[in-house]
Amino acid sequence: MDELFGPGDQVRTSRVDPPHHTRLPRYARGAPGTVIECEGRHPLPDLRARRLRAEPEPVYAVRFAARDLFGEGDHTVTLDLWQSYLQPAAAREPR
Amino acid sequence: MSGDHDGPAATVAARVRRVEALLEQRGLVDSRELDRALDAFLARASPANGARLTARAWLDEAFRARLLADANAALPELGLSMGGGLQEQRLKVVANTEEEHNVIVCTLCSCYPIALLGPSPTWYKSQAYRSRVVRDPRAVLAEFGFVLDPAIAINVWDASAESRYMVLPRRPAGTGDLDEGALAALVTRDGLIGVAPV
Repeated sequence: MDELFGPGDQVRTSRVDPPHHTRLPRYARGAPGTVIECEGRHPLPDLRARRLRAEPEPVYAVRFAARDLFGEGDHTVTLDLWQSYLQPAAAREPR
Repeated sequence: MSGDHDGPAATVAARVRRVEALLEQRGLVDSRELDRALDAFLARASPANGARLTARAWLDEAFRARLLADANAALPELGLSMGGGLQEQRLKVVANTEEEHNVIVCTLCSCYPIALLGPSPTWYKSQAYRSRVVRDPRAVLAEFGFVLDPAIAINVWDASAESRYMVLPRRPAGTGDLDEGALAALVTRDGLIGVAPV
């Protein structure tokens, strides 16, 4: 899987509530963030946990404003997120 | 989701012993091999390692730059590595400054840089710390007795994938005449997590 994002890119996390293991924390679903850097490539845990074939894919450090996660707060939270959890921020939110 | 660490420790320990026994019965693991691997890993895992890195970074500006740019490449300079487990883990060192303070957490389970900080404290694995420090870090730090200057911004690092984090604390004032060993002695585990000043 190609690296779709680079430092400074604006992204939005998936809104999907999956019926299986995932490493996208619930509190960071559907939130806008900024890519800090790519941390390497790892297979998607959502697939591995179900013993499905998973090729390594880019994992990024993505920074969120607390306000965008919780509606308040002046701090930031940085998460490590697989590329499959992210889409460009400009994309229309899926319904 | 990964598990809840708040249950009685005895229950968890019993479950681990039972799983280990089953694995041994079925010939999937050798108990002596498991003990050797654990002993070797834990013998080297200590917050003294994180303290040595910190003291060196305080004294050597070039080392500090290398540590922040690529920690895995800088660790061998002090005879350290993140390779004690099954695979080498990526380490990211995040530096506190006059403008920014960093604190680490793993909200999904209890990821922690054991090689550099030793086994994690019980509170680090508690539901309360994991859920609250991302939501209101300033209040959580205050509960640790650490009232951070309101002008300093907080970055929380949630280790949700394959990277591990360590905080590089600020060098305390009035330590200009201390040598590397004496500086390392000032550094605490909680300072390397970001819930205490050094």
